[in-house]
Amino acid sequence: MNCPYRKTYMISAFKQIKERAETCWQELWNGQMPVILLGTATCGRAAGSLEVLEAIKELVRKQNLNCSISEVGCMGHCYAEPLMIIGKPGYPPISYGHVNSVLAENLILNFLINDDPCFEFILGALEPNDLIPSFSDFPRSKYEKKIILKRCGHINPEEIDHYIGNGGYEGLLKALQMEPDEIIEEIKRSKLRGLGGAGFPAGEKWEVCRSSPGEPKYLICNGDEGDPGAFMDRAILESDPHSVIEGMIIAGYAIGARHGYVYVRAEYPLAVQRVQLAIRRAEELKFLGENILGSDFSFDISLFQGSGAFVCGEATAMIASIEGKPGIPRYRPPRLATRGLFGKPTVLNNVKTLAYVSHIIKNGADWFAQMGTERSKGTAVFALAGKVVNTGLVEVPMGTTLGELVFQVGSGITKGKRFKAVQIGGPSGGCLSEESLDIPIDFDSLQESGAMMGSGGMVVLDEDDCMVEVARYFLDFTQKESCGKCTMCRLGTKQMLEILEDITKGRGRMEDIEILSDLAEDIKAGSLCGLGKTAPNPVLTTLRYFREEYETHIIKKRCPALTCQDLVAYYIIPEKCVRSCDACVGTCTVEAISANKKGIKVIDQGKCVKCGTCLSACPPQYNAVIKLSPPDRVPASK
Amino acid sequence: MAEEEIEVKEKTRKILEGIENEGRSLIPILQKIQEGFGYLPQEAMLEVARHLNIPEIDVYSVATFYNQFRLTPPGKHSIKVCMGTACHVKGGHIALAAWQRRLKVEPGETTPDRQFDLDTVACVGCCAMAPVTVVDKKVEAKVDPTRVDGILLSYQLQKEKEGKEIHSRGNS
Repeated sequence: MNCPYRKTYMISAFKQIKERAETCWQELWNGQMPVILLGTATCGRAAGSLEVLEAIKELVRKQNLNCSISEVGCMGHCYAEPLMIIGKPGYPPISYGHVNSVLAENLILNFLINDDPCFEFILGALEPNDLIPSFSDFPRSKYEKKIILKRCGHINPEEIDHYIGNGGYEGLLKALQMEPDEIIEEIKRSKLRGLGGAGFPAGEKWEVCRSSPGEPKYLICNGDEGDPGAFMDRAILESDPHSVIEGMIIAGYAIGARHGYVYVRAEYPLAVQRVQLAIRRAEELKFLGENILGSDFSFDISLFQGSGAFVCGEATAMIASIEGKPGIPRYRPPRLATRGLFGKPTVLNNVKTLAYVSHIIKNGADWFAQMGTERSKGTAVFALAGKVVNTGLVEVPMGTTLGELVFQVGSGITKGKRFKAVQIGGPSGGCLSEESLDIPIDFDSLQESGAMMGSGGMVVLDEDDCMVEVARYFLDFTQKESCGKCTMCRLGTKQMLEILEDITKGRGRMEDIEILSDLAEDIKAGSLCGLGKTAPNPVLTTLRYFREEYETHIIKKRCPALTCQDLVAYYIIPEKCVRSCDACVGTCTVEAISANKKGIKVIDQGKCVKCGTCLSACPPQYNAVIKLSPPDRVPASK
Repeated sequence: MAEEEIEVKEKTRKILEGIENEGRSLIPILQKIQEGFGYLPQEAMLEVARHLNIPEIDVYSVATFYNQFRLTPPGKHSIKVCMGTACHVKGGHIALAAWQRRLKVEPGETTPDRQFDLDTVACVGCCAMAPVTVVDKKVEAKVDPTRVDGILLSYQLQKEKEGKEIHSRGNS
């Protein structure tokens, strides 16, 4: 791209687009008219944000309020969904959590008409100010550093102008003025590693692909986020799709690709819709298609919708899937960078990796490399879920410890319970115990601990969670999702699952622990792809950190966490049960509870399905329902 | 029966119109057919094989490999219980057991009166609302056995409202 004429043309073409976009963005935040933003990503919708949106629109129309309404993506505060932001001139933009239709209407009326920001419902202000505590005053903000999540929840993902008005596509403009080799060099220097889990250096992958013979070359964005408990990629695709598209165009230019695919899983219909729209908008503004921005580089992107197979997150399986075949992995080498999609050189990167690309090009490799640890640079994005107070999306610099993430950013465990473990990396990862809380989060430290970075799902477990049961859950998952090609993965996981089921049902034998460890090693050695190679990790890590729980299950036939259904029984303590209370009788879904002559409630153990409804129904002042393990501890009824 | 088959064939041909007959289009084609019929009828799969000029077994192998495709007609309402990690630790399996108890079908089956499909889903990414169940297209948050009864009751009331015959389900 050394022709000076083309360069000038490109810059002026972009300048025009940018000026228009900035006008559009400033029209929204013009300081004259109030702005109402509502988070309508999937998590917001699950909490009812679409109903709230309808109610707000209706109110604004009825009251003839002078304000603009815009949908935004996910801010990451999933614990407080649905989330509404009101920006009123003279105030900083304020965000409110847990809004419903009625609350939203009241907030808008009180704030916009009566100038009362309703302090009791405020979650936080978006900007530091003297009036209202802002998000940056929260203790957690000391640990967070938002880069790829920065725009999420602040811009309308369906408006390309919002993206450009906030610095979008500037990385692309800069990249198109560089030589492809310079871009690859920059990415290599930044030490960006694949954020899909394996952590392979992105620049090296690109370099091999660029120098491999074969045309056309392909670029694939892996948005097949199959790990249960992970939703980072979904949130980025739904809230800031253009950041991924821009990264893809730059990557495509660097490796010399002509076509790109975004592979999104079927379970994310909203992400599919928003990515499709983003591609169309980018095409209209000539960021995609023939001669992008007037340069001699042409590139297009199509969306490929997955069909619900976990194994398709594996690179070679994903390629088989795009080619129209069952998603079965193949042996590597040849590496994808030399022989990938349709037999041509291909680069496959995760959503988050590609979202990072434009930031690195725009700010330089040194900016990126100063964040994080020696060998893992930049930030890590996690989906915090489970028994943690602040569930949601978080982005922290690499090197932050697990403890800081759970207790500072996540605000600790719900209901004042005791922390037990954190499950990281989904079915490929592992469970780390309390003693691992000082482990810094980076690719290598996590690998050493037996878990792995994975795609970024993090489920926090408390004292009520049984680690054997958690291991059984993951094995059940991988066993079902194994494609069946490798015998060890297909049958080995089945064997392990059966042993784990036996243990959780009280039929375990001491030698089972040995067999489990042996099988785990064999499956790791005898499987082709990541699914089989990592499937035993949940079992290996729980054996490593929680071995005594396995032993208690086997020897005492007892579940210490009182979770394994076959090893517990519900019991009503007669001395605590109160005559006049019927709470448990009414809620029992199988009519297993009745009152005896004295009016004391008794559970018919034969009918009980152990759903725990009576336990949550029993009023806290009585607290009469308890769980006992093993079940034979229940005294015989008279 | 024969008439039905012809109908399926014609509808399939319409869906296939304008789609290039390359093997790589197979999955998008099957997705479109499922969108149209709600499932993949056998006749439609045969038609796809002819259109793409590939062996019928290849169509069948793709249709059965991916979880999203179904080979039987769906029930009126779909119930998908999330089995993600966050839902699991908060009682997803208890919710599933409650659905099974009430509907008297196993996951993957349809009730005999074709009202409800019971299914599991790997993770819908609404982990903060766990445990969740997707009923038709709505994500229901914090589903415990009492809520299962509540949701079913709301369908029953709706049906009563419509003045149709009520099949009391599971409560017998």
